[in-house]
Amino acid sequence: MTVFNHSSSELQAMIHNKEISIADVTAEAYNRIEALDGDVKAFLALNKEQAFKQAEEMDQVPVSERGPLFGLPIGVKDNIVTEGLETTSGSKILQGFNPIYDATVVRKLREAGMITIGKLNMDEFAMGSSTENSAYKITRNPWDLDRVPGGSSGGSAASVAAGEVPFSLGSDTGGSIRQPASFCGVVGMKPTYGRVSRFGLVAFASSLDQIGPITRNVRDNALLLEAISGVDEHDTTSANVDVPSFVESLTGDIKGLRIGVPKEYLGDGVGEAAKQSVLDALKVLESLGATWEEVSLPHSKYGLATYYLLSSSEASSNLARFDGIRYGFRAENVESLMELYKETRAQGFGDEVKRRIMLGTFALSAGSYDAYYKKAQQVRTLIKQDFDQVFEKYDVIIGPTTPTPAFKVGEKNEDPLTMYANDILTIPVNLAGVPGISIPCGFSEGMPLGLQIIGKHFDEATIYRVAHAFEQATSFHKETPQLWEGANS
Amino acid sequence: MANISKEEVKHVAHLARLSITDEEAEKFAGQLAGITNFAEQLNELDTTNVVPTTHVLPLVNVMREDKAVPGLDRDKMMKNVREQEDGQVKVPSILD
Repeated sequence: MTVFNHSSSELQAMIHNKEISIADVTAEAYNRIEALDGDVKAFLALNKEQAFKQAEEMDQVPVSERGPLFGLPIGVKDNIVTEGLETTSGSKILQGFNPIYDATVVRKLREAGMITIGKLNMDEFAMGSSTENSAYKITRNPWDLDRVPGGSSGGSAASVAAGEVPFSLGSDTGGSIRQPASFCGVVGMKPTYGRVSRFGLVAFASSLDQIGPITRNVRDNALLLEAISGVDEHDTTSANVDVPSFVESLTGDIKGLRIGVPKEYLGDGVGEAAKQSVLDALKVLESLGATWEEVSLPHSKYGLATYYLLSSSEASSNLARFDGIRYGFRAENVESLMELYKETRAQGFGDEVKRRIMLGTFALSAGSYDAYYKKAQQVRTLIKQDFDQVFEKYDVIIGPTTPTPAFKVGEKNEDPLTMYANDILTIPVNLAGVPGISIPCGFSEGMPLGLQIIGKHFDEATIYRVAHAFEQATSFHKETPQLWEGANS
Repeated sequence: MANISKEEVKHVAHLARLSITDEEAEKFAGQLAGITNFAEQLNELDTTNVVPTTHVLPLVNVMREDKAVPGLDRDKMMKNVREQEDGQVKVPSILD
């Protein structure tokens, strides 16, 4: 039995009662990584020395000066820069890169007193849905080591599901927090675009990327989002809006809540188990006083194509900075500057990244711009309008997070389009910029399924209220994978 | 249906500053054609007069006071540079 069975408030009570110290909690994270990560492979760089030093100092801080997350361990996705701690974004091109400043979210974690345990594996530059595209290792699903954890925040979701850490940060451009959270049976939130500063997040698609929290329960998730949210002078797209107390919204009361269920989210291409788990979840929510009706997001089916054109175009521009000059990998035995650029990038990037850079370069090139890039931006407007219209009448939109549970490692590597189809239910949310969460809502073939709850711009509070009410009425979040108990420490 | 030739792939790779072998060009040509053909389903939609969305929020330009502030420390910035000399970044010759 590990103390990471407990929620953050229970852990805090244990620390306050001196049953356990912050140094003990830190040691528990490293012990579990030692015992489990050989199989799970969620972590890249570890921050052990610094973490223990920080923990010892924090054990001396008076209880009155501690907040709700003080002294608790967290893992950070490897595309979020951490000063002095290697940050690779899952790419060979950033091997050995030691950032010289912290991302805003990392600074905020420190201000909240959280202890960074290490960096979490991911698909290279967050491009992928299985964490098989990492240049370093393939993370495994703690529920079945033959299956993928999802991606691109696969390490973030797997580390929490395995109980190596109770908290992690991921990033979500087309589903990269929600899809792995669904596959690993944990809670993952993609906040409203602009809610969380992207300063220090290695950019993939700047108009879509958001950092968000992954945890084992809704309350911890709300606490962590509260800690990392807010406007930031270093990110001009961070929104200057109030950050409410998300925890205060967890009232358990959802009487009168109006839920829209898009027929497209329960249609072709969505597996029976995923559909049934959503219908069962709606019954639970109805029993708590909510009502639901079928609605339509008619442009959903165009989301995938729109997303790949826009995200790849933005990526082709953002990834131009990796040229081998000032940091990261640099090709050797080259004669000219042009050859240095081309060889560094050819040797440093993996296939999926190259494919997207080329797709984006193509979509933005003369002769293709209007047909592909501008067209996709116009369809993005239609997709956003779909959401606006539904939210005129409904408080939240609910559907499955993914069409199926986690698939086997290697199963979808052949055709890029098959892999992309995983994200059909999460992508429209990023295109519209609205917030969405995935919470555990059932099992199929022994693997977790996720319920996706989507809200209005900057209305994460309502999402959390609904998610919490559902969680308290069910017990899916209490299930742990078999290997959880195999690592008694 | 868009068809993408090996030569077009090589041209795009050059624009993207990626060296590419013949076999890779062949492989990417097929894959990029697949993806762009898939993307052509967007042409089913009439988007005349639809305003493109570049950003979902009504963003306005953010200005700060025009006042000098210290930047990053120079020695720190040089920490990740592979080849350097006298505090400057070294690269292969630019002119022949």
